Amino acid sequence: MRVVVIPLMAISAVFAVVAGFAALQQELSLTATLPLGLPWLPWQIRLDSTSGFFLMLIGLVTLLITFYAPAYVREFESGQDSLPALGGFTGIFLAGMQMVVLADGAFAFMVSWEVMSLSSYFLVTFQHEKPENRRAGFIYLLMAHVGGLSILLGFGVMAAFGHGFAFDAMRAATLPTTWASIAFALALFGFGMKAGLLPIHAWLPEAHPVAPSHISALMSGVMLKVAVYGLLRFTWDLLGNPLWQWGVVLLLVGAASALAGVLFAMMQQDIKRLLAYSSVENIGIIFMALGLSALFSGTGHPVLATIGFVAALYHALNHAMFKSLMFLGAGAVLHASHERNLDQMGGLLRRMPWTGLFVLLGCISISALPPFNGFVSEWLTFQTALQAWTMDSGILRILLPVTAAVLALTGAIAAATFVKLYGIAFLGRARSRHARRAREVPFGMRFSLGSFSLMCLLLGIFPTQVISLLGGITNQLMGQRLAQATAHGWLWLTPVSAETASYSAPLVFAGALGIWWIAQGLLRRGRVRKIRRGDPWDCGFGMPDARMQYTAVAFAQPMRRVFSTLFDVKESIEQDKAEIPRYTLTIHDPLWYRFYLPIGRLVDASARRIVRLQSGNVRIYLGWSLATLVILLWLIS
Amino acid sequence: MADLLNLKEWVAVLGQLLMFALAAPMLVAWVKRVKCVLQNRKGPSLLQPYRDLSKLLKKEVRVAHTASPLFRATPYLVFSAVLVAASTVPLLQVHLPTTALADVIVLVGFLALARFFLALAGMDVGTAFGGMGASREMLISALAEPAMLMAIFTLTMSAHSTNLSSVIQHVLDTGLLLRPSLLFALLALLLVAIAETGRIPVDNPATHLELTMVHEAMILEYSGRHLALMEWAAQIKLLLYGVLISNVFFPWGIAETATAPALAIGALAILAKLVTLGMVLAVSETLVAKMRLFRVPAFLNLAFLLGLLGMLSYVILETSL
Repeated sequence: MRVVVIPLMAISAVFAVVAGFAALQQELSLTATLPLGLPWLPWQIRLDSTSGFFLMLIGLVTLLITFYAPAYVREFESGQDSLPALGGFTGIFLAGMQMVVLADGAFAFMVSWEVMSLSSYFLVTFQHEKPENRRAGFIYLLMAHVGGLSILLGFGVMAAFGHGFAFDAMRAATLPTTWASIAFALALFGFGMKAGLLPIHAWLPEAHPVAPSHISALMSGVMLKVAVYGLLRFTWDLLGNPLWQWGVVLLLVGAASALAGVLFAMMQQDIKRLLAYSSVENIGIIFMALGLSALFSGTGHPVLATIGFVAALYHALNHAMFKSLMFLGAGAVLHASHERNLDQMGGLLRRMPWTGLFVLLGCISISALPPFNGFVSEWLTFQTALQAWTMDSGILRILLPVTAAVLALTGAIAAATFVKLYGIAFLGRARSRHARRAREVPFGMRFSLGSFSLMCLLLGIFPTQVISLLGGITNQLMGQRLAQATAHGWLWLTPVSAETASYSAPLVFAGALGIWWIAQGLLRRGRVRKIRRGDPWDCGFGMPDARMQYTAVAFAQPMRRVFSTLFDVKESIEQDKAEIPRYTLTIHDPLWYRFYLPIGRLVDASARRIVRLQSGNVRIYLGWSLATLVILLWLIS
Repeated sequence: MADLLNLKEWVAVLGQLLMFALAAPMLVAWVKRVKCVLQNRKGPSLLQPYRDLSKLLKKEVRVAHTASPLFRATPYLVFSAVLVAASTVPLLQVHLPTTALADVIVLVGFLALARFFLALAGMDVGTAFGGMGASREMLISALAEPAMLMAIFTLTMSAHSTNLSSVIQHVLDTGLLLRPSLLFALLALLLVAIAETGRIPVDNPATHLELTMVHEAMILEYSGRHLALMEWAAQIKLLLYGVLISNVFFPWGIAETATAPALAIGALAILAKLVTLGMVLAVSETLVAKMRLFRVPAFLNLAFLLGLLGMLSYVILETSL
């Protein structure tokens, strides 16, 4: 595995990055026909700016992960799980994702899409001896198929009007508004299911955490972006000219996903589950920006629509970077301490200083704090929403700032969530023997984490370069280049105009560093430079021990109480025979009971009705076949 | 767009930064002084916070065995983040080159960055107090931030700009009278400022070692120059909110040109505004008792509703004209 698969992955990733970057920068449009597919359905591929961007994103994350994977999979070598399966399905998974973004026809797209879904199912169930992994895999497989079906139907609507499965034919077709909206709804359901939008997110927090960590990084960091790509390609490229009503739908669904995702992330104690819920939040933010873009383009503000679109693409890129970093960091913690429960960690920063530093940078980025990358894309989203005054409708003028306030709430709770994650896992004192014995991870893993955090910093400090690069995509899809955003040189980011808003990330970063340097220089030079080490304050009762620290459950308690109406929270305190009280807390996703289980029961009940057909008598079966045949013949003729 | 090579403007920025840093302890002392007078006590001198800071700067630093390097870096980081935020709030004159570098959303972002590290440092030593403070601070800020941005959105939507200089210029040009949206935004921002700077009724800066403390719980383990920086940063933050509220909502007197007489009037004006605002704060702290933690969400929801009302009245009353 380490000798063959990982170098191959690296080579493919380098080609993807180079090809994607070239396509994005030169705004190429290359087409080719692969010798696959059926004689009347050739398998066409095309590399343009949009697919180039996503190809580059896939390649970049894959490339950095190849430094991480060799050391990480080493511990599976002595285990009972099959490494060739892991390597093989990872390869197929990557190939599937690259083919999805390159496909230039519904046929190639759907086949690649299913290859991606199926291969990732096998990666989720890699450690299949655990029942929860099999359950997660089953939910994932089920929902992936429902979603795939919906996308297929969406393409079906398009193909009916375009008279062909090639994307060119679909692009040329003009759909009546009703049918266009139906196609959009089907696509939103299908791609939204893969992206993890509320309320069709249930598979995501189950499936992402149980895969090996570098696969979780690929699934959360990259596969969700492929779903975003699917929606972009379908709505902005094939359907074209999104209606403002679609924008409202995207905005509301995105806001609900962002808020619910981050609130559930706050409640988790499993580090990887927390990160998976945070992916729901970030996908919500991307969809909010897309919704703003659709709203503005539907009401005749192409420039503002472009800013929203760029914000969405920028956040997709950022999320790929910091979520991969965080999942790999969680993997490093898992590697070092074999713990996924936050309440068994603590004090890891002093035992794993490099991992600790890189994960800290990831936490700052993901909490949308300046000067890191998460802030830039949220800033752009805010700037788009604040142009609401250009709207004619009063309701929209109110709706936009309110969703912006939801975004602010999401960002603030995200900061609380990652203070919790970092403070409980990396700071304080070790809460278990495993955490006490944790050691720094090998160089390859640290190198990968370090490169991801460097990317987060660079994407935060040099936004103008990124945005001028994204101009190719917006030019292709919306005919706008967003020239004014970078018109004042590389130092200044001015999305609407210099008078409306400007942000100079390099100068602000330099200023902050300068003030830090001066403060440190002035104070460290004084007479008393020495620092004395002592015990922490103990209120006069003797040294507090590690069990007296706040736990992840305790940290989230105020938040749990304030937002208690949104969760199914069950708390109980029981005393066992030795009179030791035991506190148990269970939090459920309320949608699971109110949405999924009723659907499940409905399917069960209808299955019980249909089972009556299965009498075991061959003659009756033949009768059914004949009836079906007759009906089909009647339909065709 | 700011002219980066104009040395005079950068001198103004540096001067403003120094003024923020040097005047901040005075505002805290003034509020304390007025409170003492209202409570029939003899208050400390207005110079007392300076004496405290210089004493702390001279003292030896004591750090817990269990602390990580993050604990020692945080005071510097918090201090510089708050100062970066302060450098973007016009103090004496409307036009400041740094407002183009970082708009009001970046300002909120830098305050959030400072808070993020403050909370992490609280959890670093591994005592129950630190975790308690961090958990509560993050709850309060999570509810305060949307309210603050709602108030700011009202302002920035009516000014069509998130640049603070442009916002102040817009308020100066149009006037405050008969603008219900600004009034609601002002009330919302006042409530948020109380929560964010840890004043009564949300947090009590005078309490030590009580189970109600929030900010003090997080910095409990700090000593010496580290503590001095943390306290100083908190004082600058209070001044920042004071200047933000006075100059955005009551911009009268602020210098529109960088001439000596205009700047002198600007200095007198901001001084008068801060003295008044400090008195308002002292009176409200004397009249209102500290709240239980779980009543703070209602307080901040009120702030958010006021911000929303401001936005509604802007959209309904002021744009349809």
